[in-house]
Amino acid sequence: MRMPDPDQGVIARRGALAARLRAIVGAQWVLDDEAERRPYRCDGITAYQATPLLVVLPASTAEIRAVLAVCREQGVKIVPRGSGTSLSGGALPLEDGVLLVTSRLCAIVAMDVENRVARVQCGVPNIRISEAARPFGLCYMPDPSSQMISTIGGNVAENSGGVHCLKYGMTSNHVVGLEAVLMSGEVIRLGGGFQGAADGELDLIGLLTGSEGLLAVVTEITVRLVPLPEAARVMSMSFASVEDACRCVGAIIGAGIIPAGLEFMDRKVLNAVASLLREEHDPRTAALLLCELDGTAAEIDALIERVRGLAEQAGAIDIRASRTEEERERIWRSRKLAFSAIGKMCKDYYCTDGTIPRNRLPDILDRMAELSRTYGLDYANCFHAGDGNLHPIIMYDAARPGDLDKAEAFGADVLRACVDMGGVLSGEHGVGVEKRDLMTHQFAPADLRQQQVLKCAFDPEELLNPGKVFPSPCRCAEFGRMHVRGGEMRFPDIPRF
Amino acid sequence: MLNTISPAAKADPNIALAGEIIGACVHCGICLSHCPTYQVRHEENDSPRGRIFLMKEMYERGGAPDARTVEHLDRCLTCLACEAICPSGVEYSRLIGHGREHVAAHYRRPPAQAALRRVLAMLLSRPRLFRMGLAAGRVGRPFRALLSGPLRAMLDMVPTAPLPAPSPVDRPQVFAAEGTRRMRVALLTGCVQTVLDTAINEATIRLLRRHGVEIVVAAGAGCCGAPAEHMGDSGRALPLVKANIAAWLREADGPYGLDAVVVNASGCGTSIKAYGHALRLDPAWAGRAARISAMTLDISELMERIGLLPPVVPTGLRVAYHAACSMQHGQRITRQPRALLAAAGFTVLDIPDGYMCCGSAGTYNLLQPAIAGELKQRKVAAIRAVGAQVAASGNIGCMTQLAGEVGIPFVHTVQLLDWATGGPRPAGLEG
Ligand SMILES: Cc1cc2nc3c(=O)[nH]c(=O)nc-3n(C[C@H](O)[C@H](O)[C@H](O)COP(=O)(O)OP(=O)(O)OC[C@H]3O[C@@H](n4cnc5c(N)ncnc54)[C@H](O)[C@@H]3O)c2cc1C
Ligand code: SF4
Ligand code: SF4
Repeated sequence: MRMPDPDQGVIARRGALAARLRAIVGAQWVLDDEAERRPYRCDGITAYQATPLLVVLPASTAEIRAVLAVCREQGVKIVPRGSGTSLSGGALPLEDGVLLVTSRLCAIVAMDVENRVARVQCGVPNIRISEAARPFGLCYMPDPSSQMISTIGGNVAENSGGVHCLKYGMTSNHVVGLEAVLMSGEVIRLGGGFQGAADGELDLIGLLTGSEGLLAVVTEITVRLVPLPEAARVMSMSFASVEDACRCVGAIIGAGIIPAGLEFMDRKVLNAVASLLREEHDPRTAALLLCELDGTAAEIDALIERVRGLAEQAGAIDIRASRTEEERERIWRSRKLAFSAIGKMCKDYYCTDGTIPRNRLPDILDRMAELSRTYGLDYANCFHAGDGNLHPIIMYDAARPGDLDKAEAFGADVLRACVDMGGVLSGEHGVGVEKRDLMTHQFAPADLRQQQVLKCAFDPEELLNPGKVFPSPCRCAEFGRMHVRGGEMRFPDIPRF
Repeated sequence: MLNTISPAAKADPNIALAGEIIGACVHCGICLSHCPTYQVRHEENDSPRGRIFLMKEMYERGGAPDARTVEHLDRCLTCLACEAICPSGVEYSRLIGHGREHVAAHYRRPPAQAALRRVLAMLLSRPRLFRMGLAAGRVGRPFRALLSGPLRAMLDMVPTAPLPAPSPVDRPQVFAAEGTRRMRVALLTGCVQTVLDTAINEATIRLLRRHGVEIVVAAGAGCCGAPAEHMGDSGRALPLVKANIAAWLREADGPYGLDAVVVNASGCGTSIKAYGHALRLDPAWAGRAARISAMTLDISELMERIGLLPPVVPTGLRVAYHAACSMQHGQRITRQPRALLAAAGFTVLDIPDGYMCCGSAGTYNLLQPAIAGELKQRKVAAIRAVGAQVAASGNIGCMTQLAGEVGIPFVHTVQLLDWATGGPRPAGLEG
């Protein structure tokens, strides 16, 4: 993975730039000491690292505006960062770029129970919103496994998903209003304080959600809150083979049941989280499905019986359903901490994320097993089965020469296979730098070009998070020249208004 | 996380261990959510993941760490909330412990800072000196408006009420069990605790005797060594550690034997349970230290094993239980104190954001008054929000930090258990 060559001229101006930024955010919130910049070298994916030019921690939209204005004037690049948990290298710093950290913008600005929305600053950790909403019987549904710490701004930038997104939708389905700062220094406000507030405008909220910090810095978000389900129970179903588990996923969805979550864990993941789960599983278990059902108690009981029947038909060897809320929370906790728990089983891991049509699950799992043999690297699987969103976790040892390259190639092959099976490169972790060079495998040149045109409309100087998502620079300047060349329109024959 | 600590540096077993611990961290960031300094500062360098990175760089580069690295490591409370939440099992406590020793060995602190740390380590590990220090502090109190920083914080800590007289129970001796003897234990009578609040040890002894436990206050045992250890001063900590081990093993191997070493200050308990690790490389002491660590129990663990007698007074109070970091994160004891209080007839209420440190953390409130002050304010507000009639905790440090601010009496858990099973009503709870 190559990043654009850093601009030495900008690096030479570090001191002067730091002084300008300190005048905006206060001396202690600009880090220029190398020792203090190093811990920001990477996000949730440690394979890619770079020491940022400067780290800046503003505390308000006004400060972010001023920081962007200085950077634009000075031609300095900016990488936004929330909590640095991205698994695609989205928050990977640039040696000639300012790392703009949003963690100090962490206020819940307003809780509007009547309209069932919350207005929050971008640096608020996801879970804090649900905590604040709980006393009102409400919650913020999208629940990435990193929800304890990943910021809502980061969630919007990556259009994050989670266990509950199968039934309730991704981040994009829960944003009703946004405030964002453009590279021009302007502040834009999209949508508003109630669901439907964005009706009648071009769907720029949809555009910014999932834009990976390439278009604007999102500063405030108004999210939809939904009533806490009256009750919820989770079933855990053991299967002696991965194929049986996949068949069960198909059967549940095929029967028209929409579980609140439908997750797959293989034996290795199960072993890693055993201490968190605190329960024994049949030693023959090759795959475990977790299926959450929510609604009224009577609804849940009926659904559990239906799912049980389907699971038995698919060959389940053990079927359990949580009886208490505490038990349910424990089971989900183990699922949510699964990635990190894998850390106990290997030196390093690389978790990628691709999506396939659900009916191809068995094929892609076969392909992974085959690739694992080819590359000689172990892997584990733990994913959102209901959405066909895969998260193969490839285990390697960064200290062993060549291992990282092999892991990357393994991951890339899995993602290519996803696309070849009719799927897409990313389910929820974003493209970042990790999948950047694979974009051409999924998109035709015209598709990519059109996306880049949009980037240029927002950030013509390509200062916001450059080097991410697109496999080649956007060349906005050239693009601009295309229209008016030598004072003449490039396509003079196209009628104008 | 990959690290390139040189093989030469890894010849030092502590650095080799640090390398392994760093290797176990996958940089997921989950721990940031529970780190009090990150919750206050919102800055990666003041988070567990950031500190792990700083230590990685410190060992990779070798030699003396820079002032900024030391500043961020100093700001760590050692509350271990990060270790308790980490899904990858990163042993942060060991990492920061050896990191501090490395700093102490290689970094020259500015003279004033160095002197302050020396004085604190000395005062806090010697009850008599501490008593004298507090007396001097009371004389200095009127001048505190003139001071700032740690000195001001120290004076603010000096209790305004007169100190209790030294308690007779803290001298080496044996307290016989009431009724049939079921167990024989050594009680760490602590250091600071004996000066600040003698009632805790007295209540502990009454409670244990009532439950058929014989208690030894072993001659030669004293401070557990934690204050010095927290400052990376193993030179000062280890002699204290060895003195305790020797004293308790004399009892354990003596004619009457010993079933457990019991600790009623969870900060001390955490450090005694880690004696085995602290001395693991010392062939003469490793085995003995491990033995003591293995037989050490917090008073709540012991009481749960014995089973609490039915309460004899209808206490019926609403208790806000404050889980000390050393209790819930350091020793992972979360259930027992709550269960015991409930069994004694109290209504136990949890404090919101209960994982957060109150800022006391040993000498932390003296060395980092700004962050400690902020954490204290947050904890006080959280306790007040619960609407309890009394607050209880298993660690003297938290009690000193919070009592007097929460608007309700603040007592040790054992004082409530003692009262419910036949002891006197704790002072301050009258009426
Ligand atoms: C253990 C673990 C589990 C995970 N589980 C899931 C999961 O279940 N589902 C899922 O979808 N993801 C998951 N992730 C990935 C990650 O947590 C999400 O992508 C998350 O949304 C990132 O949030 P963050 O605050 O850490 O953002 P960062 O990592 O700091 O940044 C991510 C991207 O967003 C941009 N960005 C951040 N803030 C802003 C802003 N205010 N304005 C504009 N751009 C911004 C950055 O430039 C970067 O490109 C997981 C990660 C980990 C480590
Ligand atoms: S939770 Fe554990 S693995 Fe994750 S960053 Fe923190 S210490 Fe590292
Ligand atoms: S011990 Fe406490 S203060 Fe130190 S890094 Fe861990 S959570 Fe933060």
